Amino acid sequence: MADSLIIKNLNASIGDRQILKNFSLTIPKGEVHAIMGPNGTGKSTLAKVLAGHPDYTVQSGEATLDGQPILGQEPDSIARAGLFLAFQYPSEIPGVTIANFIRAALIARQEKGAPFDAKAYYAELYAKMDALKMDRKFTSRFVNEGFSGGEKKRCEILQMMMLKPKYAVLDETDSGLDIDALRIVSEGVNHMRGPSIGCLVITHYQRLLEYIVPDRVHIMYDGHIVHSGGKELAVELEAKGYDWVKKELASA
Amino acid sequence: MQSPLDSRLQEAETQRFATQDWFAELRRQGWQQFSSLPLPKRTDEKWRFSDTRSLSLEHFCLAGVPSDEVVDRLIAQSHFISRPSGLLVHIDGHCVLRPALAPELATQGVKFESFEDALRHHPALLKEYILKHCAGLGGEKFLALHQAWLRSGTVLYVPKNVEIKQPFVSVHWTATEGVAIFPHTLVIAEDGAKVTLHDFQCSAEPQLRALAISAADLYAGKGATISRLAVQAWGLATQSFEIANTCGAKESLITSVNAALGARRARLENTIRIQGEGADVRLYGISVATGEQEFDQRTLQVHDAGNAKSDLLFKNVLLDKARTIFSGLIKVAPDAQRTDAYQTNRNLLLSPEAEADSLPGLEIEANDVKCSHGATTGQVNPEELFYLLARGIPLPVAQELLAEGFLEEVLAKVDDEEAAAVVREMFRQKFHS
Ligand SMILES: Nc1ncnc2c1ncn2[C@@H]1O[C@H](COP(=O)(O)OP(=O)(O)O)[C@@H](O)[C@H]1O
Ligand SMILES: [Mg+2]
Repeated sequence: MADSLIIKNLNASIGDRQILKNFSLTIPKGEVHAIMGPNGTGKSTLAKVLAGHPDYTVQSGEATLDGQPILGQEPDSIARAGLFLAFQYPSEIPGVTIANFIRAALIARQEKGAPFDAKAYYAELYAKMDALKMDRKFTSRFVNEGFSGGEKKRCEILQMMMLKPKYAVLDETDSGLDIDALRIVSEGVNHMRGPSIGCLVITHYQRLLEYIVPDRVHIMYDGHIVHSGGKELAVELEAKGYDWVKKELASA
Repeated sequence: MQSPLDSRLQEAETQRFATQDWFAELRRQGWQQFSSLPLPKRTDEKWRFSDTRSLSLEHFCLAGVPSDEVVDRLIAQSHFISRPSGLLVHIDGHCVLRPALAPELATQGVKFESFEDALRHHPALLKEYILKHCAGLGGEKFLALHQAWLRSGTVLYVPKNVEIKQPFVSVHWTATEGVAIFPHTLVIAEDGAKVTLHDFQCSAEPQLRALAISAADLYAGKGATISRLAVQAWGLATQSFEIANTCGAKESLITSVNAALGARRARLENTIRIQGEGADVRLYGISVATGEQEFDQRTLQVHDAGNAKSDLLFKNVLLDKARTIFSGLIKVAPDAQRTDAYQTNRNLLLSPEAEADSLPGLEIEANDVKCSHGATTGQVNPEELFYLLARGIPLPVAQELLAEGFLEEVLAKVDDEEAAAVVREMFRQKFHS
């Protein structure tokens, strides 16, 4: 199972609060997995711990990307190793344009000193923006500054499409999206789906999973996965509600 | 070996202006004043936080006219924007490029001349405006020295209601080891006139030792608009002083953007004088300070007329062991009611060894005013930094991007996008040097 994102017995905390508790999950390349779970259960924590956020402490456990350990690595090397995190709350970066930002990220993936093909870059950037129905003027807008919720999420997917990660973690990419935006963003993700990428879609609602149909669905509660199943599990969860998770699954 | 800047040379040089006795007198007064004033000390309130010990006015000289080779090489590097309304190039205090003004500008009465030409052609104009309101904010001794050796610079005069879209450009170079230059910038926009001037200050060699004491006088008449971009990009062995004074008459609009990149130490003293109701004067500064550079910024916003606005924003990025000092004062006269005056200083520290000091101040004698002042000094926002890192951008590049983004707020105030791009690129180069 070298071609997988493997998380094993991960324990992580912020401050003195234990958030991830023996969390384990394997996402084989080529598959889309979904994590659903109530607010505060540690979904974003998982995403940020994988991405190497410095605020979290990892007590134990491991995470490997195609066999390469990522815990304890610097966030930029984890990203260049092939992990992409679409943030639940993307930061606003004043004064830095989207075009410069994505270019810097691409240059970081090139061999040092290699020439950058600006023409090809813009051609690709514009094509992907068109696909996401983003106005081309956005290239000269400052990253996320003054963007609506939906624009921020589209911008995350644009970055993912440009950076072509091996694994992508999408943290509540559906929140703040109206139905049209949801469809466009999902099409973007579905377009990238294929044998060379593994996706972890974190969501609170089943709605997104009607557009991005997952191979597996996992229910997370209190810092770990309490139940896993096929795509129909999302529907069952939607019908029974998170109380069902609390009462029946959490104690299991 | 060149002769030192002593009384004998000062008098000999002043003799050259014997036909303009008012000007010769101005220079002599400057020299007397310079000689009677002490060098600033760190204990002087107006020099608080400055490294006064490393101030040195010794061992500088005037330089002769540069060789043709130097002239050609530096003129070739002086084309910062593609289609200026006029371009003047000075090297070591000598004007080496002074093309004739376009006929459509000349016939309207526009003047764009080297200081020496203007002194010959329009002495009355210079006499009326030169150093009339310019006052030091602690740098009186340096201003006096400027006055004593005053000879070179750029004079821009725009008659009533003449609007000129394309910017004028003035470039000052130093090219001789140990040279001292005293460039003056005089901009007069008569009522309803509109004009833009870009000033660039550069060294032919990065390690050239030099002393530059510049002064600028900006006058905007009723309803006039002046935009000035001043780019201080001297080499790192230069001591730079600039004392600027801006007077805004009724309903004038003046925007000054000061970009600081070069010099071992650079002190900017900038005074805004609001003299007429409805004036709107904006003073902005940006810098990237590296190594052991010191950028020392002292500002004064004087509101003598009411119903007017002044806005000030200085942003500094500090690396290595660099230091910046911002000290600003807003002064509102008793009858300058309904004044809007703002003053903000923001410093971004990219190194634990860098130091930014901030001394904002208000002195308000009117009761119906909106004034605010504020200063912040901090590191990059950790969430913004993480966002960049999470895209695979390495730490130094991420910090540079955030720093460039930080400066962008001020660069956006430069109307001429081509010039803004030039300055943006100069800052980028500085990060990579
Ligand atoms: N900086 C922090 N300090 C302390 N607790 C935090 C911090 N950030 C998040 N938490 C807590 O960690 C828990 C998990 O949060 P999170 O991972 O964002 O949950 P989810 O994404 O599943 O809603 C929550 O209870 C939250 O309050
Ligand atoms: Mg979350």
